[in-house]
Amino acid sequence: MILQQSQTLSQWLQTDAPVSARQAAAGKTYRAIRSIVANPAALAGLIIILLLIAVAFLAPFLARGISPIAQDLDNRLHAPDLAHWFGTDELGRDIYSRTLYGARVTLAMVLLVSVIVVPIGLAVGTLAGFLGGWIDSVLMRITDIFLAFPRLVLALAFAAALGPGIENAVIAISLTAWPPYARIARAETVTISKSDFISAAKMQGASTWRILFKHIVPLCLSSVIVRLTLDMAGIILTAAGLGFLGLGAQPPTAEWGAMVSAGREVILDQWWVATIPGVAIFIVSLGFNLLGDGLRDVFDPKST
Amino acid sequence: MIDVENLNVTFKSGNALMHAVRDVSFFVEEGETFGIVGESGSGKSSVLRAIAGLIESTHSKLSINGKPTSARQARENSRLMQMVFQDPYGSLHPRHTVDSILREALIIHSIDNQDKCILKAIADVGLGVEHRYRYPHQLSGGQRQRVAIARALILSPPILLLDEPTSALDVSVQAEILNLLGRLRESYSLTNILVSHDLAVVAHLCSRIAVMQFGRIVEVISAEDLRRGKTKEAYTAELIFASRGFSRVS
Repeated sequence: MILQQSQTLSQWLQTDAPVSARQAAAGKTYRAIRSIVANPAALAGLIIILLLIAVAFLAPFLARGISPIAQDLDNRLHAPDLAHWFGTDELGRDIYSRTLYGARVTLAMVLLVSVIVVPIGLAVGTLAGFLGGWIDSVLMRITDIFLAFPRLVLALAFAAALGPGIENAVIAISLTAWPPYARIARAETVTISKSDFISAAKMQGASTWRILFKHIVPLCLSSVIVRLTLDMAGIILTAAGLGFLGLGAQPPTAEWGAMVSAGREVILDQWWVATIPGVAIFIVSLGFNLLGDGLRDVFDPKST
Repeated sequence: MIDVENLNVTFKSGNALMHAVRDVSFFVEEGETFGIVGESGSGKSSVLRAIAGLIESTHSKLSINGKPTSARQARENSRLMQMVFQDPYGSLHPRHTVDSILREALIIHSIDNQDKCILKAIADVGLGVEHRYRYPHQLSGGQRQRVAIARALILSPPILLLDEPTSALDVSVQAEILNLLGRLRESYSLTNILVSHDLAVVAHLCSRIAVMQFGRIVEVISAEDLRRGKTKEAYTAELIFASRGFSRVS
């Protein structure tokens, strides 16, 4: 919709009488963004995540052309100085550059896990909650079985069975991460299904699929996204744990967990090798947790 | 037009069987507004939901326009009857705009000229075009109920089921919505079943009224008799007495 001359952008976004569906949606997004930005902790989280994304994209530029896998055995375990801002590791690779490139691996894993986990969790949970009966029992008992295993141990088992590598680590983490999402989606769906607006949709002849996709999933999505953001820290830590144990990214790929693992043997004499990637894991996990808390406040259905 | 015979509704709660509606029978003429009153838990809403096909029921006859109806034919039923729910805060999807709430039925039934239909529906219930792209949380309770009524009427069904349409609204808005329902009944030539616990509302809109207690119809009374207090059953008299409110015995 074209902006009128007399209107500023913020007036256009904040009007209580939008003239098109797009303006209404833009206004809703604008209010959501404003309430995230108004929350200092959430804003800090958002900035950290945006920085992570920026670092991942700009890694070659920020690393000043230093390759993350170029070895320099004369300069191994070199302390931080002007040439190597975060020092070098046991093969003389620049830790600053490796940390930046490690953001790419972390971001890719987090994205892939989300893309796998959310649809599976939503599908299982909404179907179980909406259809009920034996479908509900079967789907939820399968979920219970997955929940019965300790997450890292199950991920380890899958990663070991599938073989080491980033893709397999993603699959292993996803296979262990989806059950809580199915649980949340089911609980939400059971509540939503009793609402009058679902009865109204049924009376208008909406099919089961239409009710699921158009009415129930959009309402489940907000709590699932909040849960996902809060889970990100756990996913990053599991990924790092798999990397630490040698089941995640394989050398020479720069991955934070594997970097911590490599620094373990020299942690007392060359502290920077394990500390820098550890700090990176810490900051990113913290960012996701802060953002998750903020999103929970914004998406809280009770506030609308 | 609506013929109900020996309607029974039971709910299972754990192992206990709750018999909410027992052998309810009545007939609603075309163009009539039939009222059902009773206290909370008397089964009046269950009767309505069973007719709407939203809950399972057993009956010897449940037919509309002479055709038997059942919960399994929601799509066919939707052009025949629609329902307005009690709570306007729970009957509109919180993430859909008024426009998409109204468009839903038009898409399901692949009706052309959707924008025209939506604008007409909005105007019919006394809302303005400025409300079209608002979300429910940007509307007042009365406006929400108007949207719910517009949604129910957008397929122009001959039958409108009203489940306590005004009880969640404050008094001045109640009057507006009742007048709107009265006006729409004329312009859409609707047959209504109105469920309410409010005798004044029912006497205002309905020609005949069924009084329910413990899942049974105690008495069917005309609005005229109800206003004059000419009751056959003691329970109806009690209900009328209770509706006049508290009176001090001096």
